[in-house]
Amino acid sequence: MLLTQLLTGKKARVVRLTARSQKRRRLLDLGLIPDTVVKSIRRSPAGDPTAYLIRGTTLGLRSEETNLVEIKELS
Amino acid sequence: MESVKSIDSNIYRTINKLSANYSPEEKEKLCDQIVTDLYTKAETIAAQSILSKEEHKSEWGERIDDILTSKWLGYPIMLLLLGGIFWLTIIGANYPSAMLAEGLFWLEEQLTTFFLWANAPQWLHGILVLGIYRTMAWVVSVMLPPMAIFFPLFTLLEDLGYLPRVAFNLDSLFKRAGAHGKQSLTMSMGFGCNAAGVIAARIIDSPREKMIAILTNNFVPCNGRFPTLIILATIFMGNVVSSPYHSIVAATVVVGIVLVGIITTLLVSWGLSKTFLKGIPSSFTLELPPYRKPQIGRIIVRSFLDRTLFVLGRAVIVAAPAGVLVWVLANTSINDISLITHLANILNPFAILIGLDGVILLAFILGLPANEIIIPIIVMSYLSVGAMLEPESTEALRTILLNNGWTWITALATMLFSLLHFPCGTTLLTIKKETASTKWAVFAFLLTTTIAIVVNFIVVQLIRLF
Repeated sequence: MLLTQLLTGKKARVVRLTARSQKRRRLLDLGLIPDTVVKSIRRSPAGDPTAYLIRGTTLGLRSEETNLVEIKELS
Repeated sequence: MESVKSIDSNIYRTINKLSANYSPEEKEKLCDQIVTDLYTKAETIAAQSILSKEEHKSEWGERIDDILTSKWLGYPIMLLLLGGIFWLTIIGANYPSAMLAEGLFWLEEQLTTFFLWANAPQWLHGILVLGIYRTMAWVVSVMLPPMAIFFPLFTLLEDLGYLPRVAFNLDSLFKRAGAHGKQSLTMSMGFGCNAAGVIAARIIDSPREKMIAILTNNFVPCNGRFPTLIILATIFMGNVVSSPYHSIVAATVVVGIVLVGIITTLLVSWGLSKTFLKGIPSSFTLELPPYRKPQIGRIIVRSFLDRTLFVLGRAVIVAAPAGVLVWVLANTSINDISLITHLANILNPFAILIGLDGVILLAFILGLPANEIIIPIIVMSYLSVGAMLEPESTEALRTILLNNGWTWITALATMLFSLLHFPCGTTLLTIKKETASTKWAVFAFLLTTTIAIVVNFIVVQLIRLF
């Protein structure tokens, strides 16, 4: 499952990143490392970007980025 | 790499040799492990040394965000907030503006009396009082009140943390235009000052999208141009309806002009990313910080000292020599016609095509150093040629403009041209500095001016057609 598909209000655990080089570095720097718990908070009026709670910080990410993050949804 | 090499070229070579034995996947794993370890360590340290209170405060912040970024209310609220700020500025600025003008022109009379008493030559009185002092008096009385209201209100929005929400709401539009979501933040800075907005483009990592943000920043009206827009909207657009709705109509018109600027920004960004600056949009990450309680005292001090006085100071400094220049142009004659009339006459045929007149276009050209002085130059030019009027308030300004053939079409054309035309001197220099090339500054000048002329021509001709 991709982070993009996570419904608003749900939590998930990061499994792995499929991004390469520069993009991978950027995602890692944001704290999206494997086993991190991420919560989808809200979508912008147009549906993209989406805001996620990552390590206590709210970050807005475009679907281009969240498509590169594989997750496992937590119940 | 160079610095690593210089530490110990032997170690560097060994590392390089060893790394050749590993696959890219294995290297990636190592990279991930390093970041993971850094985060784990940082979180351990943070957990030991930081004591955080219960997170109850974030709950109402969440609820506010639910409304401000909601599907149906997100965009209307943005427009209402912007319109509300303009409306408060327009209704609030009227009285202090009239009072300031009265005081400053009373002082002008005293200065004139003094010059007469001192038997000073007429040209000296002309340059100092009618040139420098009167232009500066116009700048102060016309610009100070709207700025003193607009800036604190805008700073308040900034301080609350609303601007990142605007970027969050608007990002998809910028993505479609091939631009970066952070461009809406550099645009917000542009509302204050376009030169500042150009510098703010440093926050965009990708060089391509940074260039787009730099080149299009000018389509956001800066506060050197806001007074012009607000005043013209008040005089010519507000007056078409009965008095209680004046300021609402005027505010709506200003919001409309700002929207035209935003739409132009998106269209030009899209055009640039399809032609001169081809490429795909890069990543977008934006922090949405929690809302903060605004510090009213600091807002007032900061917006007044850092913005109002700074902008006003710049306007006054530029207005002084411009006042001299305009006075000299108006009082030097060839064949009994003043130089300013000659220049205006030369520009007039072209200016008419785009809805302006020679004097207005000349004012835009003379106003290159700072857009703040465009209205004062227009007034100075009209006054120096026609009858000497004692301007006292926006009502007097309206009379002057109407006597010189202004209609609501002239006002609209002037507002549009002000929104779209070439950036001021400071902004052009900043573009040159930030892009490290004169070429891009020239490009910005040509791009904006061409768009201004084309848009003005089309709009004015269409209005005249119907």
